Amino acid sequence: MISVPILRAVLLFPLFCFAMLSASLPVRAAMEIQVFGGAANKIAVAMVPFQTAPGQPMPALTQIAGDDLNRSGQIKLVDASGSQQPVELAQVDYGIWRGKGAEALVIGQVTALPGGRFEVRFRLLDVVKKTQLAGYSYNISPNQWRATAHQIADVVYEKLTGTPGVFSSRIAYVQKQGKRFELRVADADGQNPRTVVRSGEPLISPMFSPDGARLVYVSFEDKKPVVYVQSLQDGSRRKTAAFKGSNSAPAWAPDGKRLAVVLTRDEASQIYLIDIDGGGLTRLTQGGNIDTEPVFSPDGQTVYFTSDRGGSPQIYRVAASGGEPRRVTFSGSYNVSPAISPDGKHLAYISRDGGRFSVVLHELASGQTRVLTDSARDESPSFAPNGQAVLYATVQGGRGILGTVSLDGKTRARLSESGVDAREPAWGP
Amino acid sequence: MNKIFWPVLLALTLSACGTTGGTQATVEDRTGGKTDATATTAGQAGSDAKPTGGVAETAALSGTGVAGSSLNGKQLEGSGSYSGDPRKNPASPMSTRSIFFDYDSFVVKDEYRPALEAHAGYLLSKREARVILQGNTDERGSREYNLALGQKRAEAVRKALALLGVSDAQMEAVSFGEEKPRNEADTEEAFAQNRRTDVVYADE
Repeated sequence: MISVPILRAVLLFPLFCFAMLSASLPVRAAMEIQVFGGAANKIAVAMVPFQTAPGQPMPALTQIAGDDLNRSGQIKLVDASGSQQPVELAQVDYGIWRGKGAEALVIGQVTALPGGRFEVRFRLLDVVKKTQLAGYSYNISPNQWRATAHQIADVVYEKLTGTPGVFSSRIAYVQKQGKRFELRVADADGQNPRTVVRSGEPLISPMFSPDGARLVYVSFEDKKPVVYVQSLQDGSRRKTAAFKGSNSAPAWAPDGKRLAVVLTRDEASQIYLIDIDGGGLTRLTQGGNIDTEPVFSPDGQTVYFTSDRGGSPQIYRVAASGGEPRRVTFSGSYNVSPAISPDGKHLAYISRDGGRFSVVLHELASGQTRVLTDSARDESPSFAPNGQAVLYATVQGGRGILGTVSLDGKTRARLSESGVDAREPAWGP
Repeated sequence: MNKIFWPVLLALTLSACGTTGGTQATVEDRTGGKTDATATTAGQAGSDAKPTGGVAETAALSGTGVAGSSLNGKQLEGSGSYSGDPRKNPASPMSTRSIFFDYDSFVVKDEYRPALEAHAGYLLSKREARVILQGNTDERGSREYNLALGQKRAEAVRKALALLGVSDAQMEAVSFGEEKPRNEADTEEAFAQNRRTDVVYADE
């Protein structure tokens, strides 16, 4: 296990690193990002620390963006130290960067503007072709610092891989401290967490609406599980499903107008469809077995779910218009918590094997599966909006942490704030 | 039946008390209350009277064998001068508020029949009374799937009460899944304490 970002920080900017630690400690303990191994065909990128401006926020933009790219598993950061530290295009000596094995180079600078604002300029250069692939400047306030770094990472990632980046997206998760539960929304790197619900009773199963403007979740504040939909803009919320019995496992339909929920109002946990205002209730599954954890396919035509109708919990699918469910998973005795990739081609779910609960990737067309993780207590997989990684919860050292894993399983990163118990993650737009 | 039932129940509730350390809410307090009561009875019955007051809970734990042998069912039923809420009478089977389940099981064990009959009797006599059956599971596996498993445990108790004549309108079966464990330890003993349905009255 090598902690790449820390190693790089020590090599490249020891002074920045020290300043960053001392600056961020009073606010909160920093999240760790650890990358275990990685793919063979990574794109090699050198990120030259941007020329700094007095009073600029910490950590450095190249540190935040570099961590993002590193975590993706598709990009490898090349040592950018040395005498050649270009800021402007004219200063770049491509030969030196080719010699370091870099295929792309990122340079830039931060300039202080009147009124406490900053101008950030950066360029992404193709080292082999000696051309500029992208170049942007941003006029930002200090509180847009991290967002700017994520945007730079998104530009670099998309230009180099052809796939949109997800570094500017957000995640939701539940944090437990003692008997207090908080539903939080954070940046995709786990930083910048903001609490949107606080409760003395458990909160589970958050999910972003397709437009990212609302969250649906299950709260136990009414002494039983009830489904709430909450606006992230103004914090207002309403009970969408509060029927007799338990109300849980909400999932947004792709149109953002309907939810699949699990109710026990008629008999054992069954899947229903309901409008987000609580109207239009229709039952989707039948029978006395457990049907739960519904999730819509991206086209809205199919609902995947967990059922014990075959004797053990397995993943099934059913047409969103109803009908006879078909079994999807066959190997193993415990396959639960399905998530579907944005292109509809893969399922991720939790599979138990010999007492270990791991994230499994399942290609729907071929039925081929791959175990993505080597931890033992994994839960709640959720795809990145670009489908290139899976976010999940696991347990390490007796506390819940969040992790991401690339689809090849070779790059795993941990987003974990020290001293807290994080669980129930969901990746949003 | 009763002679087997009581020592088993006593052992269950006592062991449940000993390991929780009062971390959980309302249901816990009731079990705690019961333990105090039985410890007092044991003292009156002439066994070691030392464990009183704050020490009573821990003392009763280590002395389960003694307390169990001095507390037969007849003695408790014969004491019948309890004048408070019948649901809280430690001598009544209604003081059993937790139905424990075996691993991966949703079958209400026979030993809980007297308790369920007593609760059914109360609900049939008081039509305005409402009971909430709260199913729970251990922490292994998916939270939502465990919520559904906890619901099955709550439903099992609801169906048992319905067979005894209790109206559906008086009952609500809900699940806490793995979210509100009575014992948070990562042990088989803790898991066993968390696989249960709690019987909670709406007016309590």
